[in-house]
Amino acid sequence: MKLDVQQVLNWLEKTNEKIQMNKEYLTSLDRAIGDGDHGINMSRGFQEVIDKTSTTTYTSVSDLFKDVAMTLLSKVGGASGPLYGTAFLKMSMIVKNREPIDKKTLEDALESALEGILQRGKANLNDKTLVDVWTPVVDLLKDKEVIKGSELEEVSKNAMESTKERMAKKGRAAYLKERSIGHLDPGSVSSYYLFASLAEVLSEEE
Amino acid sequence: MSNVGIVLISHSLKVVEGIQEIIQQAVHNVPIEIAGGTDDNKIGTSVQKIINAIVKAYSEKGVLLFYDLGSAKMNADLAIELYGYENVKVVNAPLLEGAYVAAVESSIGKSLEEIEQSTQTITKDS
Repeated sequence: MKLDVQQVLNWLEKTNEKIQMNKEYLTSLDRAIGDGDHGINMSRGFQEVIDKTSTTTYTSVSDLFKDVAMTLLSKVGGASGPLYGTAFLKMSMIVKNREPIDKKTLEDALESALEGILQRGKANLNDKTLVDVWTPVVDLLKDKEVIKGSELEEVSKNAMESTKERMAKKGRAAYLKERSIGHLDPGSVSSYYLFASLAEVLSEEE
Repeated sequence: MSNVGIVLISHSLKVVEGIQEIIQQAVHNVPIEIAGGTDDNKIGTSVQKIINAIVKAYSEKGVLLFYDLGSAKMNADLAIELYGYENVKVVNAPLLEGAYVAAVESSIGKSLEEIEQSTQTITKDS
């Protein structure tokens, strides 16, 4: 697999489409166990990302990721801004001078992004946060020599769905304790959209 | 000589405006700056507002940041990283009580480290 600027733009556009299409759904999930702004924040943030990246010419994925990061950091008021922003900032640093991105570079970039998310949000695995989706995705990339779109889609979807039965230990939902059980974690759902979109881009190349 | 600056960070502009008012009733010689709400003053926090507040409160004595919930802490950490100042710190203490104690101690000339130390043990009785 190889990811260049055009394919990463494609990845971002697919992610934005899913987020815009599911804006109300994300908001309803967040209203159940959080502060109800995840749909609005993500839809505004990713629309700004597309507005910025579709009107800029990029010669490297590193620069593109950096713009995505800075846009999310400055335009998203909730926790998803600093978390996704940090993730893209870390990826920008890792892919620098390693383009087009091959499987090993993608693995390193996502691993560094996860480390950034962990450091920024101070969550652990199984705290019912987006970490619960990013961790198995990074593990999948580490385990496999070749990454298939269908596998990435399946792993991220299962991981997202598994947050439903967990009790939240981090984020607004943690204040609800046992009452958070039985609801999907909104950040894990938006992370699933990100990885499902990447899976589609990878599948188109297979 | 300048005193340690204080930055108040909240999801709500009204919250930090109110706390700023409470503190400034008692303390007059300490920079108290606020970063409340998102860029368009909705509920949330803004890394840019936090950076602007740090710049305004800054002196060689340093700045302490107090925050309320979730993303406020993350954006406070980010502001410090993006800005790169060494003597700017996020304090893990209650927003109102912590900032109040810090402002009073700053007004009598205490250092960043001394104030940070005092805010670690704040309870409602102190």
